[in-house]
Amino acid sequence: MIESATISNNLDVYSLRQQFPALDRKVKGKPLVYFDNAATAQKPQVVIETLNQYYTQYNANIHRGIHTLAEEATAAFEATRDTVRQYIHATSREEIIFTRGTTEGINLVASTWGRQNIDKGDEIIISTMEHHSNIVPWQILCQEKEAVLKIIPIHDNGELILEEYEKLISPKTKFVSIVHVSNALGTVNPVKKIINIAHRAGAKVLVDGAQSAVHFDINVEDLDCDFFVLSSHKIYGPTGVGVLYGKKSLLESMPVYQGGGEMIKEVSFKKTIYNDLPYKFEAGTPNIADTVAFKAALDFVQATGKEKIRKHESSLLAHATAKLSEIPGLRIVGTAKDKTSVVSFVMEGIHPQDIGILLDNQGIAVRTGHHCTQPLMDRLGIPGTARVSLAMYNTMEEIDALIPGVHKVKKMLS
Amino acid sequence: MNQYQTIESVENEIVDEFSLFDSWDDKYEYIIDLGKKLPPLDEQFKKDENKVRGCQSTVWLVAEYRDGNVYYKAESDAIIVKGLISMLIRVLSGHTPEEIINAKLDFIQKIGMTTHLAQTRSNGLLSMVKQMKHFALAYKLKSEAENNERRSA
Repeated sequence: MIESATISNNLDVYSLRQQFPALDRKVKGKPLVYFDNAATAQKPQVVIETLNQYYTQYNANIHRGIHTLAEEATAAFEATRDTVRQYIHATSREEIIFTRGTTEGINLVASTWGRQNIDKGDEIIISTMEHHSNIVPWQILCQEKEAVLKIIPIHDNGELILEEYEKLISPKTKFVSIVHVSNALGTVNPVKKIINIAHRAGAKVLVDGAQSAVHFDINVEDLDCDFFVLSSHKIYGPTGVGVLYGKKSLLESMPVYQGGGEMIKEVSFKKTIYNDLPYKFEAGTPNIADTVAFKAALDFVQATGKEKIRKHESSLLAHATAKLSEIPGLRIVGTAKDKTSVVSFVMEGIHPQDIGILLDNQGIAVRTGHHCTQPLMDRLGIPGTARVSLAMYNTMEEIDALIPGVHKVKKMLS
Repeated sequence: MNQYQTIESVENEIVDEFSLFDSWDDKYEYIIDLGKKLPPLDEQFKKDENKVRGCQSTVWLVAEYRDGNVYYKAESDAIIVKGLISMLIRVLSGHTPEEIINAKLDFIQKIGMTTHLAQTRSNGLLSMVKQMKHFALAYKLKSEAENNERRSA
């Protein structure tokens, strides 16, 4: 315990925890240990307060109103766009499109850029470790256009086989859609390299940043990705908000996604003139309150310090990996050299679901199952895993509590 | 069970048994024990068409219609789910389709396995109950059709 205190002394995790009211609760009479952060993170008080303030003080529909409340709401909503732009180092605020989440971002690109640019026989590359959200939209597109979906294989340790990726690249490759950090395994993919290879072949690249934007400093300009998608709720913000970043020239050339209010300049029954970026892709009244509060979450992360968080989280990951590895009959799934904040494991003769239920019974929240990555589980030859995913507020002590928890599961099921 | 019991009375029996446990650990120990005791399903039934969809674990469920009653057999690769199926079989097996279709199955909530049966997918209970009721409904429609045929013949 002394050792653990020194490891994480850069981040005052104990006072940080006080900012997250949900962490204070009990589950089945035991203090909650929340290890399901890759699914969604808990929210700091400031996010909850921002939501509350919005609804109690300046709730109004944005952009069109001339009254004070509408102006305040618009300013707060657009301020989030500026913060997101700065958070991911985009060049211009027009490149930041608000969506419902990562899934919608991918669907938007597939049905606009994809429909416009993918033709019969064209090839789209994804990887074995994609989330269903980064598989199904491309399957739909390929089916519609009679295009071909190609899959980058992985090594047993959960790393992409880059040589195979390079072999998949052909003059027909039009698009590469790749996950930055695997939600099921924690593998960090060398996206910069992947993007570079795709660009040399003239293909565009989307990076699924659902799991990475919370852990790393994202620099879309440096990555040179064409699209980057993320979700607010995994970065300590509210659910129902996400971001699609796209290079301005691409976004400008793309057809619209949904029609409705906000995305238009002029409508007549003969012809409609679409609005400029970013509003062109934001049809209808957006999720104003949650978008406003998303800024509070990003500010909170930045004030806490991304570098500090990253250090703390990598100590947690190392500790969890070491401790879990000591348990006989337990096997960690996903042992890539570059990993972040996820430890997926299976136990001999025990179904992951049983692990999850019995850990929950001890107040420990983990996720079990295929993690929406069925093709990956098939490749690894397992029905699923139990997954511990870490966040800035997790402690060494919580990991120390997990270990006897797992031992108890083993004992109960033996 | 030589004596005929209504679905509700078996449900009450289970609720009574669970009332003896004062901790969740004890409840789970018991369910795990039931799971271990559930007779294995014959390999021939472990095929795709017998899988119950919507469960995190694999559940195979088969039903048989005999003398006006439905009998179930099932297995899963997860032990707690097996324990839960074992209880469902104890409650529903050997009853008429009509009784099974109308069974409220309040015991699941009463023993604390779920707060809202209709909303939980995590332990697969909803899918299992649905599938069991589907079988009952299918047998009901089938026997009604047969009766009608007989009458018109």
